[in-house]
Amino acid sequence: MTPVTDIKAQMDVLPGLDPRAPLLHVDDLRVEFRTRDGVAKAVNGATFYLNAGETLAILGESGCGKSVTAQAVMGILDSPPGHVTGGRVLYRGVDLLKLGEKDRRKVRANRIAMIFQDALSALNPVYTVGFQLAELFRKHRGMSRASSKLRSIELLDQVRIPAAKDRINDYPHQFSGGMRQRVMIAMALALDPEVLIADEPTTALDVTVQAQIMGLLAELQHQRNMGLILITHDMGVVADVADRISVMYAGKIVEEAPVYDIYARPAHPYTKALLESIPRLDHKGRQLNVIRGLPPSLTDIPSGCSFHPRCGYAREICRGDQPPPSYQIAPHRIASCHFIREVLGV
Amino acid sequence: MSDVSDLVLDARGLVKHFPITQGIVFRSKVGEVRAVDGVDLQLRRGETLGVVGESGCGKSTLAKLLVGLEKPTAGEIMVRGEDMTRLSGHALRRARRNIQMVMQDPYTSLNPRMTVGDIIGEPFAIHPDAVPRSGRERAVQELLDLVGLNPDHINRYPHQFSGGQRQRIGIARALALRPEIIVCDEPVSALDVSIQAQVINLLERLQRELGLSYVFIAHDLSVVRHISDRVAVMYLGKIVETGYHMAIYEQPTHPYTQALLSAVPVPDPRLRGHRDHIVLEGDVPSPANPPSGCRFRTRCWKAQPYCADHEPLLQIRQRAPHPSACHYAEVRDLLHRH
Ligand SMILES: Nc1ncnc2c1ncn2[C@@H]1O[C@H](COP(=O)(O)OP(=O)(O)OP(=O)(O)O)[C@@H](O)[C@H]1O
Ligand SMILES: Nc1ncnc2c1ncn2[C@@H]1O[C@H](COP(=O)(O)OP(=O)(O)O)[C@@H](O)[C@H]1O
Ligand code: SF4
Ligand code: SF4
Ligand SMILES: [Mg+2]
Ligand SMILES: [Mg+2]
Repeated sequence: MTPVTDIKAQMDVLPGLDPRAPLLHVDDLRVEFRTRDGVAKAVNGATFYLNAGETLAILGESGCGKSVTAQAVMGILDSPPGHVTGGRVLYRGVDLLKLGEKDRRKVRANRIAMIFQDALSALNPVYTVGFQLAELFRKHRGMSRASSKLRSIELLDQVRIPAAKDRINDYPHQFSGGMRQRVMIAMALALDPEVLIADEPTTALDVTVQAQIMGLLAELQHQRNMGLILITHDMGVVADVADRISVMYAGKIVEEAPVYDIYARPAHPYTKALLESIPRLDHKGRQLNVIRGLPPSLTDIPSGCSFHPRCGYAREICRGDQPPPSYQIAPHRIASCHFIREVLGV
Repeated sequence: MSDVSDLVLDARGLVKHFPITQGIVFRSKVGEVRAVDGVDLQLRRGETLGVVGESGCGKSTLAKLLVGLEKPTAGEIMVRGEDMTRLSGHALRRARRNIQMVMQDPYTSLNPRMTVGDIIGEPFAIHPDAVPRSGRERAVQELLDLVGLNPDHINRYPHQFSGGQRQRIGIARALALRPEIIVCDEPVSALDVSIQAQVINLLERLQRELGLSYVFIAHDLSVVRHISDRVAVMYLGKIVETGYHMAIYEQPTHPYTQALLSAVPVPDPRLRGHRDHIVLEGDVPSPANPPSGCRFRTRCWKAQPYCADHEPLLQIRQRAPHPSACHYAEVRDLLHRH
């Protein structure tokens, strides 16, 4: 069903592309927003990688910089006021931040795609769903009107829109919330990207619909051996689908680990506190553990470890000038904290 | 077990239909949205009743009926021996003091041009006999302190507070008239995970200290389990299953409750692949035109022809030890390892 990705065609569009290089490697990414109220440091040295066929969850509370990170990777940052001030976004060895807008657009359409929380604002309200899909095939694949229509129907079928043949003539507002999310997934997958970034794709949906959409995403990812970055604040969804997790706090990845390890034995005080603060479905717990205070203002991030005003383990060293180093505690496990041993209880 | 005298709220046969009209000059009724369609609900002193269900099933409409913000199409709401739906004027205002509401959105439910002191003190202006004018500032400061806010911030405006703090302001306002009952409509849904826990703990502490009864409405089944003694599951304007939290979560009998529970992700990767997943097809039908017989039948994997013309009553059944509105109700565990 899915056409085999044509490596040669990719090489043509992206000079320097190395098919053997890691799929995506974001290295020390920094993003600032320069506004009248000051400089908001939304992303402060975020580092993570993604392999083909793998699901990486980026977990964090609202405002910690998840969406801005995704926008910077995609090259769709609201700029100004947003500016990438440092770091690299390596896709198969090519630093996307160094590409011109024309090449970035090609990568965006063909290689790295994104879906958003709010499907209605991501789709164009004045064109039918069929037109918007077919347009992609005509523009990027040079397909004829007839065959792009056929391919659109096929794709809507794949994301399980019932009676896709009739529904391609409908406008986005004529679909329910869950159906619109499916249409957006179809658009994102139309050109067979290798990386899909899903930014809170089910946050606005009911749980039964969320389950349908997450199941669909997992299935499509598997079929296509796609790399999936799932951005979310929901620790339940993450436990169900992720292979690895990167926990974000104040624009930094503070802990990175395989999914089983992080739930069994979190290494960073923030991860640990988050896990202890959520109510459980499968038993009625005791009083919830509270993380005191609020996430920091990004125009005024605390010195040293940015979590220190809220951290139960914090000591003098955490308040100093230097952020805590990142320690490798096991293969694929990294945490940035001075007192990892204490947190792990070793 | 608590007896009838413990009942602080007893609602029977609550119905709310919203007319669907057509035309602008000559508005004619072409149908109705059956937002709440025959709900019974009892609440005891110091108890929390959780109400869960998907978007549009009538939770907020039920909340508004209970606090008197909407007039029911039918049904009665007994509070302290009086039927609230039959009261008006002064008597209604007095009765309403006893049952207050906390809303979902801490960003829009507070007037941005009023100070926190005016917002929390507003109920005193509406009910001047509650606290004498000279004591109001003191009373507001006490309320701020009670919900964990700084009493010195009485002259600040809502935008100067975070989401969690704004929700505390909403709770303080609801407490101003010393009600026995608080109806919370999605009180933590708009909050971050770390802030959610702060507000949930606050609600629990206030309940212990003040002996409050809560109707706690939410779509998050984990939060509802944590806070509730009893739970009611709603689908298209009706309660389909109700019971103690253990009954609903550990021994659900209605296919809809079972589907809901199976869809909620649990933050424990070890359960991956070891839980039953019931995937519901399609979306919730429109409450303007609910299916005949059992309303869940269009999405139910157990539906039989019988379900199309016989509406199941909410009652205890042979294989359902607590009230369940399904002809074929039967216990099934969906949370644990299989
Ligand atoms: N004033 C109104 N006029 C007409 N229809 C209404 C009105 N208020 C609510 N409804 C309809 O009644 C039904 C129930 O709405 P309600 O707001 O109670 O749902 P809910 O369970 O609170 O949903 P959510 O989880 O999205 O908050 C919906 O179909 C809604 O569109
Ligand atoms: N267009 C913008 N202008 C100014 N600030 C922005 C803009 N977009 C995002 N920000 C700020 O960047 C920070 C991170 O935002 P975001 O990445 O959206 O967080 P989240 O983790 O919730 O996705 C926030 O403080 C937000 O207010
Ligand atoms: S470095 Fe210090 S403040 Fe930061 S998480 Fe570790 S113990 Fe807490
Ligand atoms: S009565 Fe029939 S349709 Fe309704 S829930 Fe039970 S089995 Fe399903
Ligand atoms: Mg976001
Ligand atoms: Mg509601």
